[in-house]
Amino acid sequence: MRGHARNAVVMIAIGAAALAAPWIAPAITTQLAFLWLMILFAVTWDINGGQMGYNSFGNVFFFGIGVYVCALVQRDSGLPYYEALFAGIVLGALAAGAAALVLGPAILGIRGHYFAIATLGLSIVAADVASAWEYIGAASGMAPPVYPGAIESRTKFFYYLLFALAALTFVVVRWLYSTRFGLAINAIRDDEDKAEAMGLHTTRYKVFAWCVAALFLGAAGGPVGNLVGFIDPRDLAFAGATFGVWMVLMAVLGGKGTLWGPVIGAVVFHVTQELFWTYLLGWQRVAMGVLIVVIVVFFPSGILGWTLRSRRHAVKSLPQARTQSAS
Amino acid sequence: MSNLGVLIDAPILLLQLLVSGILVGAIFALVAYGMALVWGVMNIINIAQGEFVMLGGYVVFYLDRAGVHPVFGIPIAAAAMYVLGIALYRTVIWRIVDRDMFTAILATFGISILLQQLANQLFSADIRTVPSRLPSVQLAGGLMTVPEIKLVGFAAALAVGAVLIAFLRYTRLGRAIRATAQNARAARVLGIDTDHVYATTFAVNCAICGAAGGLVAMTWFIQPYLGLTYTLRSFMIVIVAGLGNLSGVILAGAGLGVVEEAAGFILGSEYQTAFIFLLLIVILVARNAMLARQRRYLK
Repeated sequence: MRGHARNAVVMIAIGAAALAAPWIAPAITTQLAFLWLMILFAVTWDINGGQMGYNSFGNVFFFGIGVYVCALVQRDSGLPYYEALFAGIVLGALAAGAAALVLGPAILGIRGHYFAIATLGLSIVAADVASAWEYIGAASGMAPPVYPGAIESRTKFFYYLLFALAALTFVVVRWLYSTRFGLAINAIRDDEDKAEAMGLHTTRYKVFAWCVAALFLGAAGGPVGNLVGFIDPRDLAFAGATFGVWMVLMAVLGGKGTLWGPVIGAVVFHVTQELFWTYLLGWQRVAMGVLIVVIVVFFPSGILGWTLRSRRHAVKSLPQARTQSAS
Repeated sequence: MSNLGVLIDAPILLLQLLVSGILVGAIFALVAYGMALVWGVMNIINIAQGEFVMLGGYVVFYLDRAGVHPVFGIPIAAAAMYVLGIALYRTVIWRIVDRDMFTAILATFGISILLQQLANQLFSADIRTVPSRLPSVQLAGGLMTVPEIKLVGFAAALAVGAVLIAFLRYTRLGRAIRATAQNARAARVLGIDTDHVYATTFAVNCAICGAAGGLVAMTWFIQPYLGLTYTLRSFMIVIVAGLGNLSGVILAGAGLGVVEEAAGFILGSEYQTAFIFLLLIVILVARNAMLARQRRYLK
């Protein structure tokens, strides 16, 4: 019960800090909005990657669908700004979810590293098609309509939108992990064939998990496209070499397969990345490559896995000392 | 798609695409064979494969600018990449040899981003090409033109491949590499220094890629971001051919070359890369369906 109370306090504290942040530090509101996006990225990636054992390099595909669908609705629907934006977000989420539903059964049948590389291909195909397709602006991209309010309120508006989405994602995912679904995808990660032999309809669970991730990624696409103000097919929407890899990295850095790991990983990673941008301008992407190698090679179990292990060591050594003194 | 009509009206073009595709396919097969070598021996899928190709191309490009003819530039590029391979093995790769495949993929992905961004910083993002100074040859009574450089590249790729086979089959170190691929533990018991074998294997792969990169720079062009296409092409060729199947790799390489040339001609070059990756996904799904029928993936 005390753990519960502590959890609630932590979440309320984070929520309060998040709500107050744009007023305390208005200069970095955009970066903070991206922090929530990164948390959303890491948490949704971990549904498949960490909890289900399907390491995807292509989840950015769903994000890109969300970005483009929302921008298209805003351009072509003729609705007023806010109505078009919200319709775009909902349709973007649904389109991404539908894409996962259609592609899922075939692609999620591929296992292990073959799955990882197939999904890598998926995000690149999407980037190439988007930069050649005239209807969505091809390589010169798209610009969403201009926000009708003042400049400062525009950043704040999208900040709160992304915060709400990230918080919603976290709560839903947390709830899902506590249900039968959570057990099922963990069983798939531990031994898919045994899970199937036990009577679990594995394909159904796998596709559903991918759809959940896709829904939230698709929903996040719209606000991000509007916040940035310009949609580049390779650098924003289907940015496989940045967002696509970062998702994986943040989850690995924080601790794959845990609830809080991806959140912690996203925060640490995003802060590091912003520092790189500030102090290593021009070389920040080189530094990013070094960082990836260092994280993967030296911290494979992530920050959370590492602290849990060292705490477990401490706990283990304690009772031993006691029993010795008792005897 | 209008080019499809052109193709039907002039079937000689089909022959042109076929020849051209087979010639460039040899270069793909070379890179793929290197990937299969590392994969088979070290159980690592090297995502940085294409970046080694790109770097090899830059070595030849800068040597050519300094007045060194590509005939000498390509061996120098291979040697330079060999050294880079040893350095990478001693710093990073040896730590991931025994780890799971996903760690290896992610770590080599990191190396790939690192090399690509370094190249972008040092060599700029401009598209570079090494002038081959060779004419085109006319075939089939002037109906077909094949740039001579593609023939040279084809011959060079075959020569490098032949040297590699001879090395693996007849030298002591080559046999040690093959023994390690078959059973690393048994090889170690029999006194093979597997660490040395891994280092050599990885470096030899880098050297192959370096040589291939020189050929790529002469046949087409190089730029810092071209790596991933070569990595995924190699991956595709290897999974179609299977590990350690040389004739399969050559056939699959030629096949990919032909399909790609045809797709580039019919769909337009802006969709050519998208087509390659789509083909990759289709191959993986099809392979999975075939394996599922026999439930072979359970092993």
